[in-house]
Amino acid sequence: MSAVLETSNLDKRFGGIVAASAISIAIRKGARHALIGPNGAGKTTFVNLLAGLLRPSGGEILLDGMPITNLEPHARVRLGIARTFQINQLFADLTPIETLGLAISERHGSGRDWWRIVGSRPGVTAEVSELLERFRLVDVMTERTAILPYGKQRLLEIAVAFACRPRVLLLDEPAAGVPEAERHEILATIAALPADVTVLLIEHDMDIVFSFADRISVLVNGELFVEGPPDEVARDPRVKAVYLGEALDA
Amino acid sequence: MSSQIETAVTRFLVGRARFGPFEIAFWLAAFATIYFLPGRHLILTETAIWGLFALSLDLILGYAGIISLGHAAFFGVGAYAAGLLAKHEIIVEPSIALLAAGVMAAALGFATSFLVLRGSDLTRLMVTLGVSLVCFELANKFGEITGGADGLQGITMAPVFGTYRFDMFGHTAYIYALVWLFVLFVLARRVVNSPFGLSLKAIKGNALRSSAIGIAVNWRLVAIYTLSAGYAGIAGGLLAQTQAFASLSMLSIDRSADALLILIIGGTGYLYGGLIGALIYRLLQDFLSDFSARYWQYWIGFVLIMMVLFGRVYGSIIAALIIGATIWFDLSSTTSFLVTGLSLFALGIVRERLVKWIALRERQTVNWFHRVWTGSKPAVHGRSDHVGGA
Repeated sequence: MSAVLETSNLDKRFGGIVAASAISIAIRKGARHALIGPNGAGKTTFVNLLAGLLRPSGGEILLDGMPITNLEPHARVRLGIARTFQINQLFADLTPIETLGLAISERHGSGRDWWRIVGSRPGVTAEVSELLERFRLVDVMTERTAILPYGKQRLLEIAVAFACRPRVLLLDEPAAGVPEAERHEILATIAALPADVTVLLIEHDMDIVFSFADRISVLVNGELFVEGPPDEVARDPRVKAVYLGEALDA
Repeated sequence: MSSQIETAVTRFLVGRARFGPFEIAFWLAAFATIYFLPGRHLILTETAIWGLFALSLDLILGYAGIISLGHAAFFGVGAYAAGLLAKHEIIVEPSIALLAAGVMAAALGFATSFLVLRGSDLTRLMVTLGVSLVCFELANKFGEITGGADGLQGITMAPVFGTYRFDMFGHTAYIYALVWLFVLFVLARRVVNSPFGLSLKAIKGNALRSSAIGIAVNWRLVAIYTLSAGYAGIAGGLLAQTQAFASLSMLSIDRSADALLILIIGGTGYLYGGLIGALIYRLLQDFLSDFSARYWQYWIGFVLIMMVLFGRVYGSIIAALIIGATIWFDLSSTTSFLVTGLSLFALGIVRERLVKWIALRERQTVNWFHRVWTGSKPAVHGRSDHVGGA
């Protein structure tokens, strides 16, 4: 089994509260892995641990078998873990062009370049326009991010993570708060992500999870409860009892 | 299709970095003063130096969001460094000495940058203020080196490049200062339009996302803080060189506050703010000290409050109206203090309503012009603020 991202016995305690307890998970290369669980189950905490925003109280995180547990967030990005946030974290005053151009420059290692102008590298501009097309942002590419419609901001949130060209992409509720009419655009772009990018998806919407994921982990109270292929998880009576309930019967 | 997009992307990014007609006009006008305002060169030199100092503050405040109330520490260190280098004839050629002064200030900036990395704006205000107080008292304590309260005297400046002597009318000094300002400005402009500069704006906007796209946030802040300190040091060094004098006041909190004031007047985050602010501040100071020689700071304070309450444009208009009224009615200073004091109080109370009213009128006027111009109704832009902040 070739796991690209792996955790072993990952713990996180905030004072007396246990947010993650002995989570051992292996995400296969190229997987479409979904992480589900009721509110407060510790899903976002888990993503923050993987991305490096939080340090675990115990346990280990391995990327391609190499421990990354103590690396800073930016160092993990350079190794190939990028993420989106449940609540948009964007650059309000920058345009999509600048946001993506910056992410690409950083990936190329030219982010410390203080002499050349941002748009002067053909490789960067070519990739910016490719991303703008892929994530349907061409029509708003010169607008300030702050005035973009929410759905476009959500797309930019995914685009900027994708611009880091991650091997593992962590999507924290990518469709959260997006009106029904704009949802399909986001789902279509997620479905069209290249197969070699491993995706870990956190999502509440069961339709999205079951149409997208090839493997599902269920997190309850900070513990890994059940893991398996979608049909198995769907049939699991414990999962139904704890979480899915009528959502699956329907 | 996609090559079309790429062309548009390139044009957008490169177009931003290009010198516009206003900028070219600005610098042509600045250099034209060498010939057209020879009698003003002493004042213009000082203004250019203030502008450079405010520009150095803009690099951290306007681009990286680091607020400082102690930037005079670097200004003063640069001034003393340039003064001492000349006085003891360590480095004789002024421009090389100035560069060395800048490097020394930058070294202090680098050393203290780690103190301002973390924490809120308030923490940063206090830490930067503290650093400048420490520097001030050190210069005061080591009087045998710095001249203490009397200032560093007995500086003789060698000619620039061994050729151009500093004359008593300040012509050489002005050209010298202006060329430094221009060169450093072009460099700063280049820096803020580079990927590095863009990453600073990103960090200012959202540090969390910046780290999530692989930016080593702290190192970028250290870098710009160091550069900004170097700029401030060169500004201070220029002042010491052109006046052949350095004093404790160059390290003082007043000096830091002046830079902040100038930058706020001119506006942050576009580099010209410091320069335009310095010019306006200078003119304002001249005008106000004519009008009220002893209490000109009162009026500067009044204008500043108006500007932050009502925005740069409307604030100045309101301030001009009130100051104009006190001149028109020829009020004594006590009466005019009473009038402005009361109007400050009243404007503070009605601020919300007045701002709304101004915004409404502004929109109506813009729409009216738009209708006259195009004969159609303007499109209404929706706005959604769902962009998170760290």
